Amino acid sequence: MELSEHIKTANVEDVTLRRPFHPALRGTLCVTSHHLLFSNRKDEASWQLLILLKNIDAIEKSVENLFGYPRAVGSSGTITIKCKDLLVLQLEIPGMEECLNIASSIEALSSLESVTEMYPFFYRPSHLTLLGPWGLSTTEQYYKQTERLWDRWRVSKVNSDYSVCPSYPSAVIVPREVDDDKLIRSARFRQGGRFPVLSYCHHSNGMVIMRSSQPLTGANKKRCKEDELLLQAVIDGSELGYIIDLRSAQQAQQARMTGGGFESKSCYRHWKRIHRHHERGKVVQESLIKLVEACSDLSHSVDRWLSKLENSKWLSHVHSALSTAGLVVECVERDGHSVLVHGSEGTDNTLLVSSLAQIILDPASRTVTGFLCLLEREWIQAGHPFQQRCAHSAYSHARLKQECPSFLLLLDCVWQVWRQFPLALEFSEALLLRLAQEVYASNYGTFLCNNEQERCAAGVKENTHCLFQSMLKPDIEEQYLNPLYEPTDLAIWPSVHPQSLQLWTGMFLRWTEYAQNMEEAREEVWSIVKEHRERV
Amino acid sequence: MEHIRTPKVENVRMIVSPRKSTVGTLYLSSTHTIFVENSEALKETWVLHSLVYNVERLPTNSSGSPLIIRCKNFHVYRLLIPQEKDCLDVLACLTRLSRPEHYGELFCFSFNPNLDKELREKAWGFIDLKAEFSRMGIPRNLWQVTAANHEYRLSDTYPSELFVPKSASPAVIVGSAKFRSRGRLPVLCYFHRDTSASICRSSQPLSGFSARSSEDEQMLQAIMKSNPLSEFMYVVDTRPKLNAMANRAAGKGYENEDNYTNIKLQFIGIENIHVMRNSQQKLIDVGELAAPSMSDFLWGLENSGWLKHIKAVLDAGVFIAKAVAEEGVSVLVHCSDGWDRTAQACSVASVLLDPYYRTIKGLMVLIEKDWVSFGHKFSHRYAHLDGDPKEVSPVMDQFLECMWQLMQQFPCAFEFNERFLIQLHTHIYSCQYGNFIGNCQKERRDLRLQERTHSLWPHLWENRAEYTNPLYRTDHSQTQGVLKPLTTAYCFKFWKGMYGCAEKSVASYQSSADCLNAVREESQQLEEELSAHQERLAQLEERKTSGERKKTNKLSEHVRRPIPTESELSSPQDYFTTPRSEKNTPSFTLQLQLATPHKNGDPDDLSTGSDFESGVADLSSYSSSGGDDTKDPDSDEVVKANA
Repeated sequence: MELSEHIKTANVEDVTLRRPFHPALRGTLCVTSHHLLFSNRKDEASWQLLILLKNIDAIEKSVENLFGYPRAVGSSGTITIKCKDLLVLQLEIPGMEECLNIASSIEALSSLESVTEMYPFFYRPSHLTLLGPWGLSTTEQYYKQTERLWDRWRVSKVNSDYSVCPSYPSAVIVPREVDDDKLIRSARFRQGGRFPVLSYCHHSNGMVIMRSSQPLTGANKKRCKEDELLLQAVIDGSELGYIIDLRSAQQAQQARMTGGGFESKSCYRHWKRIHRHHERGKVVQESLIKLVEACSDLSHSVDRWLSKLENSKWLSHVHSALSTAGLVVECVERDGHSVLVHGSEGTDNTLLVSSLAQIILDPASRTVTGFLCLLEREWIQAGHPFQQRCAHSAYSHARLKQECPSFLLLLDCVWQVWRQFPLALEFSEALLLRLAQEVYASNYGTFLCNNEQERCAAGVKENTHCLFQSMLKPDIEEQYLNPLYEPTDLAIWPSVHPQSLQLWTGMFLRWTEYAQNMEEAREEVWSIVKEHRERV
Repeated sequence: MEHIRTPKVENVRMIVSPRKSTVGTLYLSSTHTIFVENSEALKETWVLHSLVYNVERLPTNSSGSPLIIRCKNFHVYRLLIPQEKDCLDVLACLTRLSRPEHYGELFCFSFNPNLDKELREKAWGFIDLKAEFSRMGIPRNLWQVTAANHEYRLSDTYPSELFVPKSASPAVIVGSAKFRSRGRLPVLCYFHRDTSASICRSSQPLSGFSARSSEDEQMLQAIMKSNPLSEFMYVVDTRPKLNAMANRAAGKGYENEDNYTNIKLQFIGIENIHVMRNSQQKLIDVGELAAPSMSDFLWGLENSGWLKHIKAVLDAGVFIAKAVAEEGVSVLVHCSDGWDRTAQACSVASVLLDPYYRTIKGLMVLIEKDWVSFGHKFSHRYAHLDGDPKEVSPVMDQFLECMWQLMQQFPCAFEFNERFLIQLHTHIYSCQYGNFIGNCQKERRDLRLQERTHSLWPHLWENRAEYTNPLYRTDHSQTQGVLKPLTTAYCFKFWKGMYGCAEKSVASYQSSADCLNAVREESQQLEEELSAHQERLAQLEERKTSGERKKTNKLSEHVRRPIPTESELSSPQDYFTTPRSEKNTPSFTLQLQLATPHKNGDPDDLSTGSDFESGVADLSSYSSSGGDDTKDPDSDEVVKANA
């Protein structure tokens, strides 16, 4: 079925648009295959609002005269559009039928399943070209640039046809002394084939952060010699490594009943296991839903607000993510030990913790380029299933399937770090907000699909533009810079005391007056810094 | 001095966090407790006795006797004293010295910052309330100063000079005063030039169930008429209606709308001082929690009710400001006595209405006017003397917090910064300066404070660079006109800089404000240098000498880096002590704690390690980011005073 067949009414005149904190506007509404376009032409000045249909999370319609008087004069309907970037819009559409047509088109077109029908495959801006390499870096390039890896580590192409681990990229970094056969056997022993691979090597002490999925020890405590050797090769003679298991000990025990498990002390003698409980999947998604609900209810008292904020548990997730990342850094940076991080599947909390740890301890990942490279390496190439996790956001009434705002949680944690160390990151909150928007609905192909294999099959790299590349264009990059950036080589240890963690107002109160004043403050900071730079 | 049995204790351990502590010597002077670190830096921590809220001794254990000193500015010092006897001595001494019984014992009477008499007198004239009333632009044909309270005959808790409507006759003034608690009749507090509406204040009327006073009714009428454009006025009773009604049984209460023509009565519902005292205590407990979970913290915050009370105070201010600025209607504000909630409501409204009060000098003026002169009972509320604990209440704390909450919402609107508010807060409790001693103007006059003590304001003014918000610009939209804050629940935040004592000592953060201030300062310097060079260049060019041009290119070499780098980094947190955490990891925690000192002790440690340690060592110099400097900022003067 062609996309255009979903559109029964393409144009409606005299539509009234209501946005928070803006006067109502009248204009023309237009539905295309991928966009909702509202334009208001008044006098000379025209104003347009273009919304990607994919950005629409939920749509509510209320139609007057629904029964009895079809086509009655003056009948109209109101559509409330709730976007994945948390914006809420209201459209008053004259004509009931038009209203229903528009609503059903939006419903159909905002939930396309096929990747190649999505907008990034049609987005062709004149200033970008599809030629040239896609993305910022590859595993091989990263390896080549990271001299400290050359001695003990190698790039393995054992997964070049994605048969060993469907969710890993074609190339991964592993200990030099472990051959591909061992990797294949280790992969069979790990859920989804996600055998331990290198995530980060400390820039001065050479200790590493590895990540994987859980071992498949099962109820009868199976072992895998190769997996044990692989981990032994990681610590290479040093006396100790830490396994940070992102489940409680009890959960890890229970996982054995369903074929999963954990690294037992007797088999992995030089590894010490620490359990840290992290919520996952549905629980985190519901947190987001509750938080957004609490933020949009303006009527309640302070007590009710605090109770709703507490009840959402969102900040508790932020708290645990930052604490565990801090723990990882403490092991690597302070105590000089290597760490293996995993939960069950190794595609969500594992990536969250390993990437946060890098922000805390690695100065290179705190630059704009460094941060985007980190996201590319640790989230996109590492196989975070974006398409499943970000299918819906906080407003959707659809039954939850695989949704989970792991990536948004990462951005929130990074924001907390930035708030505590306003000079340490080269990028600003604007970058985080842009990413929070793009991950749910984008013109670019970066966040499409669930892993490299799918991206290859769909031809994402050949047929879409890369978000990160476009963000690094000099004229665009400037808006994402932190005017106060002053690089430091030290680890930036975030405080994880609850009183140090705050609601990310820039994100969750984005469309309120509150954000307006903050914007003015940001401009003021810029103008002071710019004035200063001119003087210097 | 007679209370000090042990002036010096050696090998005392100050516990900064579960992981960090320092050993040093503890000294007790007649005014301060001083802790001097044994380290090379000899870092000193000064704690004023009058700032001590309580001292608690925990049971002696193998390592010594723990002593906890809690301060009125929410700092907490945890000491470990080797000998139990010394600990008991220090405890007894501090307990006595922190609870003076007479005004004469207060620190302000011995504090002597080497100013001559003339300077001291001039300093007391720094804030001039007469000038302030004329700044408001009060029309002389509508309002006048009355001498009715000369020698405090009418009300002993009011200032001697009062602004009243010109149309109010002496009989009306006296009659109205008789009908109000403590004679605190309705008088002008703030005049809004743009609308000619005013804010007046008073105490509750002695109306009981049926009493009335025609003079008081005429007084309100006169106030309303002083605003020629309006047809009615608001009477804002800042108490919850239930409390106001209960007061009627005691012959007090609120205005009967049937007796007063053209008034609209509005209750706001700010709770009384006892509720606020308990609420703050709960909040302090929340701030002190050692390793709470997110839920513990948020639940504790909610349970304290503190932010709800802050919102009520701000709501009162917003209501009044709206009435005055948008409706152009005058407002009479009162509570019971008219010196706590009334002061809060009037001063918050004034800050919202008048950009002047959002400047450093303006806030000083406002506090001097609405709080000091109108008889806010500083000595009672902030327990300057050992007295009735039921009189103590954080009224001023709430006002300062309202300012802070507003600053969060309007980052560019205030000339002063958080540090200024915290400094004010400390000095309201510290008794180091005479400004806040006593409970009313009359008492301060009788104590001859201007002759015997010093004024805080000039001292703060001299150091204003430290208290300036870098984002403040007089021509910014947020500094213009009336502030209209949101009072949605999510706008109210826990004031970490004030109450977060569990965190103060552990972590120190980079401060964007400090960085911006440095940047601004540097810009200014460069500007000056530039203009100096340009001048010079012009002169030289006049003389037609060339070759001097490169001077301007050299400018950048003069630039000192304004931004602190290493020192502002915080130390690692207790990522190990998760609240309600797994019980399966104790062995690990132990392991690491053993490992850490080993690493620290190793001089050939990895370079990052030592870098990192130096980052921690330097923390002291940057710990003041939230105004939480452990060293008393006035210690230099104090040393002189003691010498």
